[in-house]
Amino acid sequence: MITTNQYIDEDLIPILEKVSDPEIPVLSIMDMGVVRSAILVDGIVEVKITPTYTGCPAMDVIGEDITKALEENGYKSSVKLILSPAWTTDWITERGRNALREYGIAPPLEADADKEALLGDKRIVKCTNCNSSNTKLVSQFGSTACKALFKCEDCLEPFDYFKCLK
Amino acid sequence: MKTNLYNYILELADNCLIAGQRLGELCGHGPNLETDIACTNISLDLFGQTRGYFQYAAELKGEDKTEDDIAFLRIEREYKNVLLVEQPNRDFAYTIARQYLFDVYHLLLLEKLQFSQDMTLSAIAKKSIKEVSYHVRFTGDWVKRLGDGTEISHEKMQNAIDGLWTYTNELFEVTEDAKIMAEEGIGVDVSVLKDVYYEKVTALLQEATLTVPASKYFQKGGKSGIHTEHMGYILADMQYMQRAYPNMKW
Repeated sequence: MITTNQYIDEDLIPILEKVSDPEIPVLSIMDMGVVRSAILVDGIVEVKITPTYTGCPAMDVIGEDITKALEENGYKSSVKLILSPAWTTDWITERGRNALREYGIAPPLEADADKEALLGDKRIVKCTNCNSSNTKLVSQFGSTACKALFKCEDCLEPFDYFKCLK
Repeated sequence: MKTNLYNYILELADNCLIAGQRLGELCGHGPNLETDIACTNISLDLFGQTRGYFQYAAELKGEDKTEDDIAFLRIEREYKNVLLVEQPNRDFAYTIARQYLFDVYHLLLLEKLQFSQDMTLSAIAKKSIKEVSYHVRFTGDWVKRLGDGTEISHEKMQNAIDGLWTYTNELFEVTEDAKIMAEEGIGVDVSVLKDVYYEKVTALLQEATLTVPASKYFQKGGKSGIHTEHMGYILADMQYMQRAYPNMKW
């Protein structure tokens, strides 16, 4: 059965929260929503993670980091990559969104707004440096698959925008 | 092993692999930084999708085969990609036109494949749709921008479309494996996508002030492993490390 719920044993949450995305170190993989389940079965933690984008090179590292973090806490584990249900930016938590903003990456807007922003129709992505909405799209593709590149017309700083994915 | 399914997966995956390899060639060579990053981002998405397909194919094959064996150790005649995706990056207009002509097809295909009875293929398709929607938006925008741009950009884009048009029809050719898979509700009968494909492409080309080629002569052969002269060079580049240093890993 396909479900969008997460199943994570409570004891494991603090351990997994310490694992971060290697490309966005301020963002825990838990706040990112990539951990779909982590359950202790017969002494082994079975972890299921889902990629943000299919080609995301961070996934292999995240898998290894999870194994390492669990090992340090005395757990054996097996990490499996699942594609369904497909990851969506809706799974990024509020705390995760704030962390992104503070790090200098504008968090994803709603799907409709995202389209207008990425087609350059509307100026709604706010600058992470000065909070101005006078920003423009530089490129639909940014430094990683999940981001687009923007520039602020007021403070002139370039910044990343985390694209909405639904 | 389920041979039909295995072959069908390669048909799907090889298009992504070779299209991705072509775009990857632009890494560090794009016309400017933004387009360089965009093309290689698309390439990365396509490789991610390829890995999903190949891991599944390797599982079906058994015999300790891995995704890398399937990607790097086949000979030219065993690759099932269409001729369109192996065409070279003659100039930026060619690169964009080729990718656009593939993207429109790719999205139509995935929109059907997501309803496959095969859970793995359905999952890959659902995931890929989100990525490919971006690709077609990017390449479509560039076809319009260059077509409806300066005299020179218009001419280059028209040349690219004229040169690549002959490879479009092959996308809708149904192989024996694909036919069996479609009958079982696993694969997609791509012949039904043809009309809507040409409608979509025609509309965009007209918007881009380009002329839709009138030629009714089309090339095919890629799906059965008979490739253009460009394919060998791609494989030489792609397979070099595995051929020179068998079983190497990094």
